[in-house]
Amino acid sequence: MAMFIRVDVDNTVIEKTASLADKLVEVCPVKIFKLASQPNAVEVVEENVDECTLCDLCTQATPEGVRVVKLYE
Amino acid sequence: MRFYEFEAKQLLKKHRIPLVQSELAKTADEAAKIASDIGGPVILKPQAIAPGVATASAKEVADPAGAKAVAAELLGLDDGGRKPNGILVEARPTGEAVYSLSFTYDGTTKRPVVAASDMAGKIDDLGDTHPDRIVRRHFSALYPFSDYIAKELAKSLGLGGNDLKRMTRIVSGLARLFLDYDFADLDITSLVKLGDGNFVVLDVQADLEIEARHRQRPMLNELGFSKDDLRQVREPTEFELAGARIDEEDIRGIISPIAEFDGNIGLVIGAGGGSLTLTDAVRKHGGRPANYAAIGGNPSVDKARRLTKLVLSKPGVEKIAVMSNVVSNTRADLVARGVIKGIIELGFEPADKILIFRVPGAWEADAAKILQKYGIEYCDRTVSISEAARRAVAKAG
Repeated sequence: MAMFIRVDVDNTVIEKTASLADKLVEVCPVKIFKLASQPNAVEVVEENVDECTLCDLCTQATPEGVRVVKLYE
Repeated sequence: MRFYEFEAKQLLKKHRIPLVQSELAKTADEAAKIASDIGGPVILKPQAIAPGVATASAKEVADPAGAKAVAAELLGLDDGGRKPNGILVEARPTGEAVYSLSFTYDGTTKRPVVAASDMAGKIDDLGDTHPDRIVRRHFSALYPFSDYIAKELAKSLGLGGNDLKRMTRIVSGLARLFLDYDFADLDITSLVKLGDGNFVVLDVQADLEIEARHRQRPMLNELGFSKDDLRQVREPTEFELAGARIDEEDIRGIISPIAEFDGNIGLVIGAGGGSLTLTDAVRKHGGRPANYAAIGGNPSVDKARRLTKLVLSKPGVEKIAVMSNVVSNTRADLVARGVIKGIIELGFEPADKILIFRVPGAWEADAAKILQKYGIEYCDRTVSISEAARRAVAKAG
């Protein structure tokens, strides 16, 4: 379970944009996202969440679809 | 990573560097057989890693019977807790002249350099005793090696005609091998010019840059190196092997080198030579390090977590000091996350286990917040390395 970072995903936002889910999987340098079983949606890979480098690539791709929270603040 | 001489010679042979006739014997009987095949006096060289054992123990014998007796004796030598990995049996050529070559990196100019002498021996030693007999040329690690550099070097040794051509070919071949295989040092301590004018390499010492072992895996496989074989001067301990596995299994950042000591202060240290300074500083203040484990190159949280668990699981280690020089590419916050996670997974309170956390530099503000949440004081660069070590030692008691 992640101790330092929480990543919230709103798939209702992500599924509205074609291939946004693919993009999220692609941009994350530490593989926090994986494609979900339903189309154009992602799941969070919990074991990788604490590796988050806070690079913001995911939130830049979808400011409303992903939220990264520092649990130590 | 030190090569056995027979391995270095296999590599040289593959790249057509002329060598003296030699063969590896695993038993005294094999040594006698090889000596008989070679004929005449031979040199027996125990294949050892511990400093000085191989060179100090090499012996010349006159015949196969002598080879058998001496080989049996040499096979029983202590090589840092191991036995020698066989005996290299070599012909003893009589030559007109002997030279030496050394390829290494010049820390001042940050470039590879080749040094040569018209005397046999280690160039480092010759530099102390006969500095006037050494010539040097720097070359590029980026561009292909050019023969003219080798030719200039050979000319500086006073060689001309066919000697110049032959020496040029050998120096060029060795320089390319040095670069292609990421050697840190390649020493030809004896290069003999035979009566027929040809040159042969007699004695070789080769050290691979340890960080290149992943890239050079095909060559190491060809020579029979196992993945766990780091060629330390003594057999690696279980702790060291476990550390090497953590490093091997996650390419993000490095934990290398890792060494086990018998102290009580666990060290998670690193950054640009800082780990050596920090270890020395701990000792200077009367502390006894339980290990040396340089972590850097922006390790993943998971790598820092696994290293922390390894160090804290070592018998006799109660607490760890997390210290580094000022980091730039390594992130202080990711190290903090990994260290705290490792401690909590072991069932401890981070504040009870961390003597000091002094990792100044990239993302230190986030590191400080993480540590604050767990009740640990964050030390920035205003706390010197020496002071950090002093505080750690004082807290360890």
